Amino acid sequence: MSTSVVKDVIELFNPEVRAEIDRWIAKYPPEWKQSAVMAALRIVQDDNGGWLTTDLMNDVAAYLEMPAIAVYEVATFYSMYELKPVGKHKVCVCTNVSCMINNADTIVEHLEKRLGITFGEVTEDGRFSLKEVECLGACGGAPMMQIGKQYYENLTPEIVDAILEGLE
Amino acid sequence: MANEVCLRTLDLERPWLLEQYQSRGGYEMLKKVLTEKTPPDEIIEEVKKSGLRGRGGAGFPTGLKWSFISRNAPGQKFVVCNSDEGEPGTFKDRDIIRYNPHQLIEGMILAGYAIGATRGYNYIRGEFWEPYERFEHALEEAREAGYLGENLLGSGFDFELHSHLGAGAYICGEETALLESIEGKKGQPRYKPPFPAHFGLYGCPTIINNTESLASIPMILEKGGEWFSDIGVKNSGGSKLFSISGNINNPGVFEIPMGTPFSKLLEMAGGMKDGRKIKAVIPGGSSAPVIPGDQMMELTMDYDAIAGAGSMLGSGAVVVLDDTNCMVKVLDRMSYFYHEESCGQCTPCREGTGWLYRVVHRIETGQGRQEDLDLLDDVAGKISGKTICALGDAAAMPVQGMLRHFRDEFQYHIDHKRCMVGAG
Ligand SMILES: Cc1cc2nc3c(=O)[nH]c(=O)nc-3n(C[C@H](O)[C@H](O)[C@H](O)COP(=O)(O)O)c2cc1C
Ligand code: SF4
Ligand code: FES
Repeated sequence: MSTSVVKDVIELFNPEVRAEIDRWIAKYPPEWKQSAVMAALRIVQDDNGGWLTTDLMNDVAAYLEMPAIAVYEVATFYSMYELKPVGKHKVCVCTNVSCMINNADTIVEHLEKRLGITFGEVTEDGRFSLKEVECLGACGGAPMMQIGKQYYENLTPEIVDAILEGLE
Repeated sequence: MANEVCLRTLDLERPWLLEQYQSRGGYEMLKKVLTEKTPPDEIIEEVKKSGLRGRGGAGFPTGLKWSFISRNAPGQKFVVCNSDEGEPGTFKDRDIIRYNPHQLIEGMILAGYAIGATRGYNYIRGEFWEPYERFEHALEEAREAGYLGENLLGSGFDFELHSHLGAGAYICGEETALLESIEGKKGQPRYKPPFPAHFGLYGCPTIINNTESLASIPMILEKGGEWFSDIGVKNSGGSKLFSISGNINNPGVFEIPMGTPFSKLLEMAGGMKDGRKIKAVIPGGSSAPVIPGDQMMELTMDYDAIAGAGSMLGSGAVVVLDDTNCMVKVLDRMSYFYHEESCGQCTPCREGTGWLYRVVHRIETGQGRQEDLDLLDDVAGKISGKTICALGDAAAMPVQGMLRHFRDEFQYHIDHKRCMVGAG
């Protein structure tokens, strides 16, 4: 019985994903595997095109020996986890005060027009989604946005066009 | 005098590399402490003498905080760095991590030595991927050089340090929510007491400090607490990183002495954009009550001066607003933020932030009622001091500040269903 449970867990995820999660588990005390849940969710989300399915969350729970509900709680609490599909490029635009007073509205309108979607939507071809985010700690470069892991600052509609055109 | 403490490598090429940090004397303090086996109490005394106050927002004296840990108590203790940097307007810790990560690492090791902790975590907000990679690289370099791991430089002292990445939640900047988050839970603040010094990460004694506080430590020990204290003014020791943004020409991070006139900081930041008139300043992150521009031009950037004007220095995030801005719109955006980010644990905050946002929003959209300003005062008053963590106060304070200084603008919105700015 116990061996079959162990075997199941070992079969979860592909080897790269597993190695990456294990690297995070190793950072915490052995009895606190749960501390790796945020990293694990991010890793499997990235590996799944940017969003989390219930199955994936259940797998993370099994892998970290946590109750599934505790994983769902984490996945719904933090804004960077996505529970429905997003675009290949998730475009996150800051609209908080420093960006707002530096014309974030213009950037948002431009993106909406160009992509034909509003916040929370995905383009039909699945390439882009738009998301409104709170201050990303880059107000000196307002207005700004994040796409994937990259920050883009001091935006104008022309710069936004150039950035989008440069993406695969 | 600028960039002498946390940003002391900034003028170098690729300043984040170990060799660059060492070329400015980096890790010398750690070596000295480890070889001379400096008594930990001496380190804490020096930090107390420096007048360093927590740079995360609350301004609590760092040395005093460290002295709350009983360093000889058995069991694990932790040093945790708060690099969650989520207070709107704040963007200084990002620069410390990007440009001088080793100084933060050295500061954390020294903090660990002082309180008897052998493990540390740096909690970096999830969006900060580039800073996170820099920090990871610096950790590798430090480990290779023998500054991290077991038996550091043959001293018998061990210290291991890792980063933890957040995933988008302003509330995780609150210290106990941050600890919950490292434990793999929702970031909901804990009741205090017990304070982290007694019951912190994994239930162990923990000190938690802001990135800038910890990165200041190596220089404080190298040059002495008095040196640091003398840079600043009474009750505000040292220099500080100010993140200045808004309607200005040259926004950015400036590390300057505490007590520097605001007018000087504004000048360093290139002055007002398009020659516009300064209308107001949010002097310490979005939860700091707004100060009218004219008044601000007379103030100095230190804890007492800003508190004396009814606001707070907070994280040193300065947002400058020119006369084209409608204060109702600004408050509308800020109230939306606090409502969105409330963790929902306590009723006054969960419900109160919703009320504040809805009422400000209806005033902004021309649906305001005559009784709304009194209602805002009332709701803000009912949140303040009645919640588990300070997010409740952080939501109430900007409302109170706006109504104190710009009440007429809100009244105009209610009376005319439109904006006073540009109404002619
Ligand atoms: C809602 C809320 C958000 C906070 N966000 C941050 C933050 O992003 N960074 C930070 O250093 N401190 C933040 N703090 C303050 C921390 O709770 C804590 O006081 C600080 O990390 C202690 O470090 P210091 O004494 O070195 O400032 C926040 C507090 C509250 C109530
Ligand atoms: S004050 Fe707000 S954010 Fe803080 S614990 Fe209560 S509900 Fe959560
Ligand atoms: S307000 Fe947009 S990054 Fe801070």
